[in-house]
Amino acid sequence: MDTVIKVEGLSHVYSEGTPFEKTAIHDIDVEFYSGQLVAVIGHTGSGKSTFIQHLNGLLKPTSGRVYCEGEDIFATKEATRDVRFKVGLVFQYPEYQLFEETVYRDIAFGPKNMKLSEKEVDERVREAARFVGLSEDLFEKSPLELSGGQKRRIAIAGVIAMRPKVLILDEPTAGLDPAGCEGILKNITDYRHETGSTVLLVTHSMDDAARIADRLIVFHGGRIAMDGTPEEVFKRAQELTDMGLDVPQPAAIASELRRLGAKLPESIYTSAQLHEAVLALLRKGAAD
Amino acid sequence: MNLQDMQPIIRVEDLHYTYPGDEIETLHGLDLEIAEGSFVAVLGHNGSGKSTLAKLMNAILLPTSGRVYVDGIDTADEDRLLDVRRTVGMVFQNPDNQIVANVVEDDVAFAPENLGVPSAEIRKRVDDALRTVGMYEYRLHAPHLLSGGQKQRVAIAGVLAMQPRCVVLDEPTAMLDPVGRREVVATVTRLCRERGMTVVLITHHMSECVGADRLVVMSEGRIAADGTPREVFSQVELLRSEGLSVPATTELIYELRRDGYELPLGALSVGECAAAIMAAVKGA
Repeated sequence: MDTVIKVEGLSHVYSEGTPFEKTAIHDIDVEFYSGQLVAVIGHTGSGKSTFIQHLNGLLKPTSGRVYCEGEDIFATKEATRDVRFKVGLVFQYPEYQLFEETVYRDIAFGPKNMKLSEKEVDERVREAARFVGLSEDLFEKSPLELSGGQKRRIAIAGVIAMRPKVLILDEPTAGLDPAGCEGILKNITDYRHETGSTVLLVTHSMDDAARIADRLIVFHGGRIAMDGTPEEVFKRAQELTDMGLDVPQPAAIASELRRLGAKLPESIYTSAQLHEAVLALLRKGAAD
Repeated sequence: MNLQDMQPIIRVEDLHYTYPGDEIETLHGLDLEIAEGSFVAVLGHNGSGKSTLAKLMNAILLPTSGRVYVDGIDTADEDRLLDVRRTVGMVFQNPDNQIVANVVEDDVAFAPENLGVPSAEIRKRVDDALRTVGMYEYRLHAPHLLSGGQKQRVAIAGVLAMQPRCVVLDEPTAMLDPVGRREVVATVTRLCRERGMTVVLITHHMSECVGADRLVVMSEGRIAADGTPREVFSQVELLRSEGLSVPATTELIYELRRDGYELPLGALSVGECAAAIMAAVKGA
């Protein structure tokens, strides 16, 4: 697998040398591969937001290095500028950051800054709108007239329109109702399948992570406490609970069934897997 | 107990509401009674009218037609507005939008100060409210340095300091992480169970409704389901058609029933669900 981002010995200390000095992340080594969908998990204050802000150069490390496609992103000013286009970051509650007069111009802001031709900007705006399911009828409306869910889609489209190699979304479903969450998650998985981009999804929802991610990274106390497939991570249910994190509901039900003596496979963390395993159990019960 | 003792703290009668400038009605004739001392969760997707209903419960909005009574007072009676607001306190979604002071205890004192409560009494109420939400240790902290869950608990303390009989919370956990969510839900549950305060919790998180006495599901400006959480969650098709999810426990049992296994849909907790499945495995 091709490495897109490589992080070496990354540490960040806030307000260094003042009484408020706080080490947010310690000595992190990690690599992200092309086309992966990675869920980044951790409770508030675990360091995950500090971490992702280094990946597109918004925060400078206190020590350590970040490489994007082999290039040190902090080596020169130009490299730091370039990484903003290669690694697109969608913040939490991005709907508060819309500022243009029309939906079209808001989505076009990023690609315009890349000094692309008008035709190419137009192509990208339409493509990005399609990815997030925004109708072109809305292009000439003011973003302020639209619903919260639509505004969030506009903000995500604005980043996608830069065609980043890596798309990072910080809790893109926060505050949305279940149907809204479902829609955004589907947009993200479709985008990733169609473009082959790497996606990092920062989330509190273990159920979402279980459903769509290939790989899970769990932050705790400014370090990476776990890194593996959903199967590998959710096996360590007790440790997750001790960190103040949830386990996916199906995994919790499976572990209660095991406690009551049921023999179930170890890798159960989605509803479909649980249903299948329990059905096998019931059929076997009938056969005994 | 006679009927007069059972007077609901909030009574909604044929409530219609249309936002100014809108052509379409948001609420289409709701009837609802909230019993004093109960914990009622209101669930619905965005645009179902649940937040509009919340705002009508303490006269932030007034009915286009129909009536809302708070402790028997018509919320449209301007002369009694203060009584309505004293009876029903509101907590909103974004903790950053409802904190006004630079020090936690000043923030909590804001409402009783405005109500003209004597200062010794304010001191007592503020301390009491902060202890109730578990934020007394933070009384001299700056609110902006607290976590989301802590800020939301300070906002709840601010409402408690007015000593309302009912508190309406409009998606108080939408912007919080799982730890903050649990803190807030545990706090309001305690207020209801230990202090007998009426709690109306508006949310779209199923997990927060499980401990309520009653669950009301809103859809397109109407009440789509109303009952105990056990009764309402059993209506899996209805909830799905409303764009709401059901707890993983209910979903599993629902699927197994479709496979032909007789399992109780009411088994809501992880423990109940697992026990019901084990009983079926052994009995099969």
